[in-house]
Amino acid sequence: MKSSLDLKKLFGEAVLAALIALVLFVHLLGMPMAEKDGALVVAPEWRRLSLAVGAVFIGRILIGLFGLFRLPQPKPPNLASDQKLYNGIMLGLLMALCLLPFTPFSSRYVLDTLTLIFTYMVLACGLNIVVGMTGLLDLGFVAFYAIGAYTFSLLAVKGGFSFWQALPFAMMLAALIAFVIGLIVLRLRGDYLAIVTLGFAEILRIFLLNWVSLTNGANGITGIPRPTFFTFGFDPASRVFYLYYLAIFFFTAVALLVMRLRRLPLGRAFEAVREDELAASAMGIPLARAKLAAYMLSACCGALAGAFFATRQGFVSPESFTFTESGLVLAIVVLAGMGHPLGLMLAAAFLVGLPEVFRELQDYRLIAFGAGMVLIMIWRPQGLFSRRPPAVTLKMET
Amino acid sequence: MEYFLQQFINGLTLGSVYALIAIGYTMVYGIIGMINFAHGELYMIGAFVAVITLVGLSGGGVLGAPLAIFAAFLCAVAVTAAYGYVAERLAYRPLRNSSRIAPLISAIGVSVLLQNYVRLAQGPRAKPLPPLIHGQYTLMERADGFTVTLSNIQIAIFVVAAVLMIGLTLLIHKTPLGRAQRACEQDIKMAALLGIPVGRIISLTFVLGAALAAVAGVMVALYYGVVDFFIGFLAGMKAFTAAVLGGIGSLPGAMLGGILLGLIEAFWSGYVGAEYKDVAAFLILILVLLVRPQGLLGRPVADKI
Repeated sequence: MKSSLDLKKLFGEAVLAALIALVLFVHLLGMPMAEKDGALVVAPEWRRLSLAVGAVFIGRILIGLFGLFRLPQPKPPNLASDQKLYNGIMLGLLMALCLLPFTPFSSRYVLDTLTLIFTYMVLACGLNIVVGMTGLLDLGFVAFYAIGAYTFSLLAVKGGFSFWQALPFAMMLAALIAFVIGLIVLRLRGDYLAIVTLGFAEILRIFLLNWVSLTNGANGITGIPRPTFFTFGFDPASRVFYLYYLAIFFFTAVALLVMRLRRLPLGRAFEAVREDELAASAMGIPLARAKLAAYMLSACCGALAGAFFATRQGFVSPESFTFTESGLVLAIVVLAGMGHPLGLMLAAAFLVGLPEVFRELQDYRLIAFGAGMVLIMIWRPQGLFSRRPPAVTLKMET
Repeated sequence: MEYFLQQFINGLTLGSVYALIAIGYTMVYGIIGMINFAHGELYMIGAFVAVITLVGLSGGGVLGAPLAIFAAFLCAVAVTAAYGYVAERLAYRPLRNSSRIAPLISAIGVSVLLQNYVRLAQGPRAKPLPPLIHGQYTLMERADGFTVTLSNIQIAIFVVAAVLMIGLTLLIHKTPLGRAQRACEQDIKMAALLGIPVGRIISLTFVLGAALAAVAGVMVALYYGVVDFFIGFLAGMKAFTAAVLGGIGSLPGAMLGGILLGLIEAFWSGYVGAEYKDVAAFLILILVLLVRPQGLLGRPVADKI
């Protein structure tokens, strides 16, 4: 029941919201600075400003009328049957994607985009082990992506290694570094850990930028060899197909690992740590070892994706490994709901694929990320595609 | 000696700025135990609003430099405080009772959002600002011509920072508002039971922190004469390091930590090399968290079960 008094109040609140919006937007949105004859001038855009303020006003009224914040809460997870369904959907999706190059929908551009999305899926699977399963917020995941990319590139360019020869070394080095770093930082509490991992990634990036004799600094490493099939190389046209299947293969492998992991004692230990560290510790789970294992596994996945990224691009530079990249992968994991790999697939396709297809959206993509992360946390902290059935269920005989 | 003194002056300038930003981190952490990851962006927004005001007023010849600077301070503080308020209301308040991680992720979202909003609205290129506060004093001169200088803008930064810090300390310790704020810091549930409007106090904490960050932003814009949309990230990280170094949750700790971090950074770039100066801050952050997580002036906190 809406009385007239309610509407009056709502109107007042909308005016207030619009006024606050005016204060927020008047400088930054309404008065963009432009360069004119070498000097900075303010070139007002009142139309843009009034549109934004008007949008806030109308938005506030709509929220008041319809209650935007009352989104349906997720149902309690429906256990084994759901799980089977998602496995089925994922299998079907993967098979369809495997057949895609033989259909008329396929083009070089489509395959390239899908390969990129698959790279992010591998990354998201890796980060999911730490963030989703173990509940440790890692803001420096891009460090392992960079370690993988740079280790492979350096081994290939300076040591003449092929992709498959260098890959194990890249992954092992990432795991080793994760071990050392993890030994030091993993005892920290959740939010401190997040900031420290971020600091670690930034330190690594600064070194990549400044250690010119090894990494060639900001100019990056060029001439990275393309992947081969055993010793068989590819011409550029068929390489697209090869990279595409390689990406599917890597993702499938990592996704299988993650799914298996949840049924292994190790994965259960991860989840126990996430649910309650103290209780897990009391049940005899070695906290430090479980966290380290999760951190190292995720580092391996990151390095795998990094090496693949390097061989796909043929070029790496520190610019590809900024905090934005960590944020993007984290956004995928958050959106996916930290559960089944299917969620990761959809989230990666949504966050990486959509802006790739609609180029005009590219500029707005990061804004949408930021807003999306806030909204998901508020509406459904479990994520949009949250399907997180317990790994084990008790079957009651009736 | 002369070189040392010059680095000392530069470090103090930098440190005053870090201290002002760090206060925002430490107050928010003290009261709701959350790392406001987006706090650095508020500093960036303060700097941007100031530059826009200065370019609009002073560049257009509407006002003279002193009045324009005054107007820039007012605008920057008002607008940035509004951003702090709105961010808390929309992005953090709904998460008050969730896990420790959820508000942090939400804050990262706010940070990414604000950064790219400014990038899109104002363009990605750095905005240069012609120097408005001129003049400097030569304190010492070495035989080889190296001079130790103290510029007017540096003096202005010291004075403004000192006045604000003293004012804030008085506000927290001598006024009813400050008493309510300290009560919330000690035990937010008990404070609520005793009739303190907790929600309003939390809002106020964000507004105060944002206003101080805005002042820091204005002064940096005047000091370096250039802003871009990305300055908030590093400044925020360093101010957070300063807050942790001094003991997060402790107001004098944030001031001390800020000054110390500014000095360390200045000496590091002066004697070790400027390329790795950001590494120094991150290393200090990691070391302090590992060796003395309560910081220099903080109280150790036992984990509640």
